[in-house]
Amino acid sequence: MSTLHTVNKSPFATGALVSCLDHCKDGDAILMIEDGVYGGLTGTTVADRVQQKAGSVAIFVLSPDADARGLATDRLLAGVNGVDYDGFVDLVADHDRTQAWL
Amino acid sequence: MSEVKKFLYVNRKAPYGTIYALEALEVVLIGAAFDQDVSLAFLDDGVFQLTKGQNTDGIGVKNFSPTFRALGDYEVTKLFVEQESLDERGLTTDDLQEVTYEDEDDDWAEKPSIRVVSRAEMADIMANQDVVLSF
Amino acid sequence: MKFGVVISEGPYTHQAADSAFHFVKSAIAKGHEVPRVFFYHDGVNVATRLSVPPQDERNIQENWSALAKEHGVDLVVCIAAAQRRGILDDNEAKRQGKDASNIAEGFRISGLGQLIEMGIQTDRLVTFGD
Repeated sequence: MSTLHTVNKSPFATGALVSCLDHCKDGDAILMIEDGVYGGLTGTTVADRVQQKAGSVAIFVLSPDADARGLATDRLLAGVNGVDYDGFVDLVADHDRTQAWL
Repeated sequence: MSEVKKFLYVNRKAPYGTIYALEALEVVLIGAAFDQDVSLAFLDDGVFQLTKGQNTDGIGVKNFSPTFRALGDYEVTKLFVEQESLDERGLTTDDLQEVTYEDEDDDWAEKPSIRVVSRAEMADIMANQDVVLSF
Repeated sequence: MKFGVVISEGPYTHQAADSAFHFVKSAIAKGHEVPRVFFYHDGVNVATRLSVPPQDERNIQENWSALAKEHGVDLVVCIAAAQRRGILDDNEAKRQGKDASNIAEGFRISGLGQLIEMGIQTDRLVTFGD
């Protein structure tokens, strides 16, 4: 039993990502979409927290959203992987529930 | 009903500044008719929804906070409030309104609907649902 | 697998209706079913047929209407949220004494019960909002 969490807010605008990180469980997945993709960047004030979770929680950014915002793959934290919309669909199907951190 | 699912309504936003809290409550009230296993989660700014003493006279918006006290009549009796979210906002349970329900399995004894849980317990509650509706 | 989708933000200001659209298209292309999409909060504004975006921009309402037609997706607009925001079908316009309706093809106005029902009847529920 696991959860896919979606985060669509920049971590510099709201606490959604941090709250999600604080509530997700080992084996869950986090997908950053829309402005949420900024949470996957290196060198930010939340990067350490995201990186720490990346061992026990699978963390993804939605590539079309990252591309739209000009975030090159090499700016993403190690262990944060890109998925396209088909990958998003697979993540939803592969987890028991989806929780949006609006 | 043949299939009972666990529904969690997640409230993370403060009231009045945006409509989410009010329209979330409207879903809860309608959803109560479906006889599902319903819980409400209040965390982050969502804990502000339950504070006492809300007075909206000066902003011309309906004060919907009394509606929480009616939830027991709809058999919505599990309101989980996160302790850490209260602490971060300088709130204690004394700042929250009293919400109770009458327990039909216990000779209609009046019991508190609000249950303060730790962040870890909240994570467990979230991980134990079939449907999570976020507002 | 059956997916239910909630859209809770309006078009153009927020990306939610666009993200949901791409998600639903991919889900259907991959062989999943999306029997219903429920529009709530400002999401109901997607359903107006009176929006006229510039021609070189996507038309969010038309995209959804076309998807509904092609794949039989039930686009349900919450009645309480719609009435607050001026989204009306012919019946509601008449009932409320308004001089026009504005709901687009493929959308229908119904109650919040449709959201709960969607949660009960689908395998997964995905929310796009703010």
